[in-house]
Amino acid sequence: MTELVALTVPSHPKFLYLVRNVVYPLAVNSGFSKKEARKIVLAVDEACSNIIKYAYAGDATKTISITVTNETDHISVRLIDLGRKVDAAKIAPRELDDVRPGGLGTHFMGAVFDSVVYDTGQDQGTVLTLLKKKKIVGPGA
Amino acid sequence: MNVDIVTEKIALGYLVKVKGDVDMNSSTEVREAFGQVFKQRSSAMKALVVDLSQVRYMDSSGIATLVEALQTCMKQGLQLRLADLSPPVKDVFELARLASVFEIYISLNDAMAER
Repeated sequence: MTELVALTVPSHPKFLYLVRNVVYPLAVNSGFSKKEARKIVLAVDEACSNIIKYAYAGDATKTISITVTNETDHISVRLIDLGRKVDAAKIAPRELDDVRPGGLGTHFMGAVFDSVVYDTGQDQGTVLTLLKKKKIVGPGA
Repeated sequence: MNVDIVTEKIALGYLVKVKGDVDMNSSTEVREAFGQVFKQRSSAMKALVVDLSQVRYMDSSGIATLVEALQTCMKQGLQLRLADLSPPVKDVFELARLASVFEIYISLNDAMAER
């Protein structure tokens, strides 16, 4: 059965805690361990931070719409912004050996989720879809 | 959710205790606390100890703040000692593969010991 939770927050960093407090219990209730759920929260938080920083260039008067969908075999998180479109070709996680401040958000998203897809096919903004498969444990496990 | 920061003078130099969420909204406050320590430092200071046991959440901006502090410490000939990482901090360090970059201590007592 598909379960869907939707949330829209202003594009101000002070609302990031709200996103985290919604996503964490949803991830745990979807069957992920607390550690996995914390990492899912981190990756979603980083996606929101990137929207605030890059799509909206710090404009706190815009909105971010987040939809969390719990399916039998995976959880997906869709983030919609109406800001500057992402240039997916330019997004690349930096080398971790290059120890310097910044540039880790994209790495976290790729490390935590099985799929990270940017869709800029709309008139405005970007739809980012993050998908993580559940580990199916067989009856004999 | 805010972050609470307490700075104390200790034998080694300074102890900064961080409590709460260190994210895009609050990492500036942590950066400012470190900045104050670097401003007030005396020649006798050996280390900046950061207690991370009460950090409920840390994102990449928190990591960036710690990396900046590490770079400043290295320039000034100081040690940056991170103590008692909470599980969320351990998660983000694991994802960023930073455990070998920082001096990490299992407890605050261990981090504050002279060596």
